[in-house]
Amino acid sequence: MAELRYTLNTQLEQLHTRYTGTGHPDMTKYEWLQHQHRDTASAIIGHPSLLAYISVADNECQARERFEVIERMLQPCGKPPAKTDD
Amino acid sequence: MHLLNLTLQAPTAISAAAVGSFSGTKGQEILCVRGGTRLEILKLNAATGQLDTICTTEAFGVVRNVAGFRLAGMTKDYILLSSDSGRMSIIEFVVSPTPHFESLYQEVFGKSGSRRVVPGQFLAVDPKGRSCMFGAVEKSKLVYVLNRNSEGKLFPSSPLEAHKNHTLVTHLIAVDQGYDNPLYAALEIDYSDADEDPTGEAFVNTQKYLTFYELDLGLNHVVRKWSEPTDGRANLLVQVPGGQNAQSEKFDGPSGVLVCCEDHIIWKHMDAEAHRIPIPRRRNPLVQRGESSRGNIIVAAVMHKIRGAFFFLLQNEDGDLFKVTIEHEGEEVRSLKIKYFDTVPVSVSLCILKSGYLFAASDFSDQKLYQFQNLGDDDDEPEWSSTQYPQNGNDDGPLPYAFFNPRPLQNLLLVDTLSSLDPVTDATVVNLLGQSSDTPQIYAACGKGPRSSFRTLRHGLDVSPLVASPLPGVPTAVWTLKLSEEDEYDSYIVLSFPNGTLVLSIGQTIEEVNDTGFLSSGPTLAVQQLGDAGLLQVHPYGLRHIRAADRVDEWQCPPGTTIVAATTNKRQVVIALSTAELVYFELDPEGSLSEYQDKKSLPGNATALSIAEVPEGRRRTSFLAVGCDNQTVHVISLEPESTLTTLSLQALTAPPSAICLAEIFDTSIDKNRPTMFLNIGLVNGVLLRTVVDPVDGSLSDTRLRFLGAKPPKLVRATIHGRHASDPAAHLRHARVRLDPQRSDVPGGPHRHLGNTLRIFTIPKLGEKLKQDTLPLTYTPRKFISNPYFNVFYMIESDHRTYGPASVKRILGEKEAAGDRIDKTVLDLPPNEFGRIRAPAGKWASLIRVLDPLSNESLSVLELDENEAAFSMSICYFERMGGEPTLVVGTAVEATLMPRGCKEGWLRVYAIKDQGRALEFMHKTKTDDIPMCIAGFQGYMLAGIGRSLRLYEMGKKALLRKCENSSFPTCVATINVIGARIIVGDMQESTFYCVYRSIPTRQLLIFADDSQSRWLTCVTNVDYDTVACGDKFGNVFLNRLDTRVSENVDDDPTGAGILHERGFLMGAAHKTQLIAHYNVGSVVTSLTKVSLVAGGRDVIVYTTISGAVGALIPFVSMDDVEFMTTLEMHMRAQNVSLVGRDHLAYRGYYVPVLDVVDGDLCESFSSLPYPKQQGIAADLDRSVGDVLKKLEQMRTSSAF
Repeated sequence: MAELRYTLNTQLEQLHTRYTGTGHPDMTKYEWLQHQHRDTASAIIGHPSLLAYISVADNECQARERFEVIERMLQPCGKPPAKTDD
Repeated sequence: MHLLNLTLQAPTAISAAAVGSFSGTKGQEILCVRGGTRLEILKLNAATGQLDTICTTEAFGVVRNVAGFRLAGMTKDYILLSSDSGRMSIIEFVVSPTPHFESLYQEVFGKSGSRRVVPGQFLAVDPKGRSCMFGAVEKSKLVYVLNRNSEGKLFPSSPLEAHKNHTLVTHLIAVDQGYDNPLYAALEIDYSDADEDPTGEAFVNTQKYLTFYELDLGLNHVVRKWSEPTDGRANLLVQVPGGQNAQSEKFDGPSGVLVCCEDHIIWKHMDAEAHRIPIPRRRNPLVQRGESSRGNIIVAAVMHKIRGAFFFLLQNEDGDLFKVTIEHEGEEVRSLKIKYFDTVPVSVSLCILKSGYLFAASDFSDQKLYQFQNLGDDDDEPEWSSTQYPQNGNDDGPLPYAFFNPRPLQNLLLVDTLSSLDPVTDATVVNLLGQSSDTPQIYAACGKGPRSSFRTLRHGLDVSPLVASPLPGVPTAVWTLKLSEEDEYDSYIVLSFPNGTLVLSIGQTIEEVNDTGFLSSGPTLAVQQLGDAGLLQVHPYGLRHIRAADRVDEWQCPPGTTIVAATTNKRQVVIALSTAELVYFELDPEGSLSEYQDKKSLPGNATALSIAEVPEGRRRTSFLAVGCDNQTVHVISLEPESTLTTLSLQALTAPPSAICLAEIFDTSIDKNRPTMFLNIGLVNGVLLRTVVDPVDGSLSDTRLRFLGAKPPKLVRATIHGRHASDPAAHLRHARVRLDPQRSDVPGGPHRHLGNTLRIFTIPKLGEKLKQDTLPLTYTPRKFISNPYFNVFYMIESDHRTYGPASVKRILGEKEAAGDRIDKTVLDLPPNEFGRIRAPAGKWASLIRVLDPLSNESLSVLELDENEAAFSMSICYFERMGGEPTLVVGTAVEATLMPRGCKEGWLRVYAIKDQGRALEFMHKTKTDDIPMCIAGFQGYMLAGIGRSLRLYEMGKKALLRKCENSSFPTCVATINVIGARIIVGDMQESTFYCVYRSIPTRQLLIFADDSQSRWLTCVTNVDYDTVACGDKFGNVFLNRLDTRVSENVDDDPTGAGILHERGFLMGAAHKTQLIAHYNVGSVVTSLTKVSLVAGGRDVIVYTTISGAVGALIPFVSMDDVEFMTTLEMHMRAQNVSLVGRDHLAYRGYYVPVLDVVDGDLCESFSSLPYPKQQGIAADLDRSVGDVLKKLEQMRTSSAF
């Protein structure tokens, strides 16, 4: 058990790098929100009916809608907040 | 409550398509993914020029991408699928014995679901079929080497990773390098810097990279070979041919990729000078000064190789196709050229067939097939070449605009249209035909933008009429006739009237002929082409065998008797006499009819007779079926040793009106030989189908189905040389007749209704629903039926579109300013060319009055500039004397993100002239978009933003009486049932509300749902139960506790509700989830209705992908147990072609609850027989019983 305490953390780190979007205790609200938005965007383009639904509402073709959604993933929630010192 | 889900009409939207030789035979097939969940193979029928569906299968998973590939040395293309199952799937299309898909290989590489970092969004296959790459939207890329093992079977390697963290992928393709190492190209953005920089500078400076990944086949390793920044708005990559030809050592092309960006196309390759050209655009007469119009992107592309050369067809957002060619010397590009080709509807995928056809799988609505007439090589369209620009167009900054004029098709010819419902934005199921129809019709508002339509769907076959001509009276029967055995087509049409017989000859025109030898003074019971060149007429007093023009053999009935029924085939004739006797004739070797010595007496008078066609290579068919008026059907032998002995007997519930013995292929019974079926139509409208044992004539496996109140008439039809296998092909309408081959239309039947003769064909035999279409102007949003008249009111609105008022104003302003305006684009038909795109926030909208029965638009009311209609309802106001009044909720300058508007309006229209005219009364301003409206007890309820408001009709405006603004997101739906109001929130599911006027007017919420739901539609199932559909494709039922329901209704003041303590941060009471199911596509409408005459109510839903389905309540727990067990066994069979776990798929977001997937159960019939037997044994039934039960489950409540 004692060993696990040390190895668990390194495993976690490995898991974090493998699965982008998993949370960690030091996560900021901004990071979390950004993950949420990016996950949502990829779910929209990954489900053809959802993409069609949005493109009907927006009166755009699906290819344009898919492109704009992917583009929005770059910075979905605006500029990141300035870092504080602590 | 237990429900059974059945698909009534499969989804029609195509989300991906690929072309290839999947069957391995000559010619190409098109593989399409319909609605993201269904795989379909389309093949061009060279004879008719139509696309035929060869095979269609539900994948039970979301198919995200498809590609065909061919291993070296093979003649057949395999299909590679990427899906939400987290697996790589390779399937094969097998043609015999019946066309179906077979799963070849499945390998798990990630979690299931369409996730951000699980590969599957992009799929690229090496053009030589050596490897493939699966890419995710972010980070992950996996490369598989497609090997073969020692037995020659496909055996992919374990995956090689090419991941890069913090990288978004816009597009991914394979690069054609011939037999060099496989190379993949991706458009990538790295977001790590932008994420870290609070100033936003890094975000602005983030570049998009074109990156090449190479698979080193020798080292079995993937390297990131080359990466260079490219245009920041690049959205699509297109493969350019490359590699050396083995014989001539000539290069097939320069290799590399076309990078399609906003307004530009760039040819690029590693370490080569790029070439750039503009994407030509239409002149926009509405562009105002200082307004920069958005760039155009390429949405679909296809490359085609033809005789050593190649070209590209690229399509932009307006639907314009551009032909792009590359002039090259070896691997060096000399120039990149573009010119306008033609305009077709915007497509998700373009497929070119080698036989010279272009299939445009359109974004929404009907898909179209075009034939190439020209390749646009030598027309006078302007062409833009990269050499016209400095540095081959590689200057910094955009290239100057290139303009072209769109025009009607010049290079393509439309040959076929596949009708498609998607997207269904609203639908209702109702029987407007009254007495003349037993079943309701589905009325659906379909389509997007200028290609929208209003469609009426009726259960039955679609017919396309060829000829219609009036007749002197109402005929009782009609036949078509060949003159001799060798004739390919029928020459005569014989019509029987109560007092005569008419013979028409079919030629260029249809004319009456008199010298046929037929008796024309009385009615006819049957006609037949007999033997080699003989004709036979059966009339009530005897038989006439016309052997040649001058020789007629007659047989007279015994005196005092008449013939009441007759049946014939090429060699045999059986007649029934009015004395309840049967007389049997057979053609003898001399070609004359000889009577069998004995007559057979029957227990009752015969009402119908039938014998099958003479089987190939035989002298006679062995069975005769006789229907008697004592409600029995007898099967009688015609074999020489047992002639006219009764073999078996079936009792019926009503006298039979029509009988048809036919040998039909039914693969679920016998895959190799046709099965003899006895079809019996009863006078009460029921159709029975029984299997006749080929040896002893015994009857088994009876299926029955109610068709309609009229007695059905059955006719054998030959379709493409086989007897019809679907009972639906026996057209069920009374007085309908199908005949075999006629002129150039295989399966061209006849029908006469009243006193008109019509000749028609059945264009699409596989389709169950007949469609009538009415084109609309803008995207339909909602429609509603007038409560008293057959009139529908529909609202249509389009975002990013200028309405006619805006167009007029802008043109006027520009003219006043002295600008030169080119109006040609405005004069083009918008359903083909689209409308001019306006910036976000501009809307065009109208209210339409239409007649759903005659399918015509009665009147149109255009709304004001930038005003869009969002909701509509019919309300009954006291001030209007309880007359129905139409209220339309509109918004001016509405924006979708964030949702809002400048001002909202509630427009009130009086309904005049039997519902056909609308008269504007007044409008009332609101502060947000009125998303939904409902009439309520002489008042009107409107959901405006987060509040629910009650309005009363006033003289000059609507008067707000009370409101409840405690809804969490936005009121999306309102359903009124009695005194109860069920409000659907956009994100937070349903709220049960009541209205109390004592002591003050209040709208009180007393119950809500404990789960968040992004609702799209809600309908009442009963007073306490609602059925809802949400944005993620879930359909679910929520029920309120009866005790709560009663308590609330007994509380006249609402004081009890008001002072109840909230539960779980919401209302005091919670509804309970009683059924839940994921249908796989966004549900857009729900209707509770009975679909078949005398059937129970079912919930009919429509989806954005154009599917129509039904949720059918089970009657007995036995059925529930049976179907649930069958479903469990079917799940264990892993029928999903993409390897998705069925239970996980149907419980995509919330675990599936008490709903059985009927589509999965019905795929039982396509399992191999041993497996069927195994499952049936576990269910304690025979295979036939299971199949019968499945059919009965469907036909008892749906079609």
